Amino acid sequence: MPLANVEELVKGILTGDRRMIARAISVAENNPLEAQRLIAAVYPRTGRAHVVGLTGAGGVGKSTLAEKIIHEYRRRDKTVGVVAVDPTSPFTGGAFLGDRIRMQELTGDEGVFIRSMATRNYVGGIAKATRNAVRILDAAGKDVVLVEAVGAGQSEVEIVKVAHTVVVMHAPGLGNEIQAIKAGIMEIADIFVVNKADRENAAKTATDIQGILQLGGKEGGWKVPVLKTIALTGEGVAELVDKIGEHRQFLQSGGGTEREAMRIETELVEAVKDKVAEAVFFGLRKREKFQELLKKIIDREIDPASAADELLRKMGID
Amino acid sequence: MPMEKKIRVLIAKPGLDSHDRGAKVVARALRDAGMEVIYTGLRQTPEQIAETALQEDVDVVGLSILSGAHKTLFPKIMTLLKKKGLEDVMVFAGGIIPEEDVPELKRIGIKEIFGPGTPTERIVQYVLSNISERS
Repeated sequence: MPLANVEELVKGILTGDRRMIARAISVAENNPLEAQRLIAAVYPRTGRAHVVGLTGAGGVGKSTLAEKIIHEYRRRDKTVGVVAVDPTSPFTGGAFLGDRIRMQELTGDEGVFIRSMATRNYVGGIAKATRNAVRILDAAGKDVVLVEAVGAGQSEVEIVKVAHTVVVMHAPGLGNEIQAIKAGIMEIADIFVVNKADRENAAKTATDIQGILQLGGKEGGWKVPVLKTIALTGEGVAELVDKIGEHRQFLQSGGGTEREAMRIETELVEAVKDKVAEAVFFGLRKREKFQELLKKIIDREIDPASAADELLRKMGID
Repeated sequence: MPMEKKIRVLIAKPGLDSHDRGAKVVARALRDAGMEVIYTGLRQTPEQIAETALQEDVDVVGLSILSGAHKTLFPKIMTLLKKKGLEDVMVFAGGIIPEEDVPELKRIGIKEIFGPGTPTERIVQYVLSNISERS
């Protein structure tokens, strides 16, 4: 098939053409210039889907729970887009994307579109293109877009920049129970889930999380609930989907305005940074001054930060 | 900043056999060669395989089969791929496939068949040198 151009892709997205949606997500991953034109064209049609982020350490059952959440939304007649992120190897640049293993059954369902995505060394638990993939699925008319982040530690908090509702998962018996979730990931949770709730110590894990949550307390009046699920059997999933709905209500009734503004501001600042960096680096290496300063740094005549200042002054950026 | 285009590969196991060691070894070799490999697990229907290839926008599909059902399943997969507009996707196969079935499988569009004991390096090289140029 000849490659579709941006106009065709946009038309395809807006009519829900699955092939075009898939191609468009590849454009978002591979081609920043075309991706910008594409997103510019569909942007007015975004903002309708509820974006749910699912994160937590590796092995807590994210993919299994994701599958059950999607089934629950389908039972409620909602269409669902999924972006499942897995890590890229920093050594080979390759990736093994295995989240679909648990979602096989959903592949035949026309109301579900699943895309696996490698991080391509973007840090923070998602990929750089995740945000735009979400927008494409949103513009394609999906009611819910679920983002499954990379098995997370304390710093995988980028999910908060793409999701309206962040569900943080934990499971009993992972060792070093609460330490692992104290900072960072704890703070981004809108809903906490203790999965594998049939295991020993599940109740204690839930109580411990509750205890820590009470120390902080999220601003804006939303009380972060701690739910229990057994993803394998689907137990607790309906309640979780209800809670996600409640959180959406809370956001829509004004609770989310500040956060949305912050999210957009962050994205705008990042976009400016990216473009400045691109513009600067494009010409930087060609400059004589750059080579000269490189040598000076090597010879210990100047330190890197001062050299950077000098370059920026030279370029008229202070 | 320009991002690098990655080769995306779907490694799929059609049919009912439950041995995916070979599939995983190939998946790993392709990943280690810098590709993004989507693995979907056992017992996939032709429809699931074709639809996964579509949603994941892969460049390559690798089919692994040990059950002997390739003569019924592979034509179905090839037909569905075409029906979904994926005729530019390169398809290769591996597993237990008798020599006499190879010409027919190639006729329906399967580019190459790798038998047991094929060094993974050969598969990697084959994919790298036969991949069609896409965006």
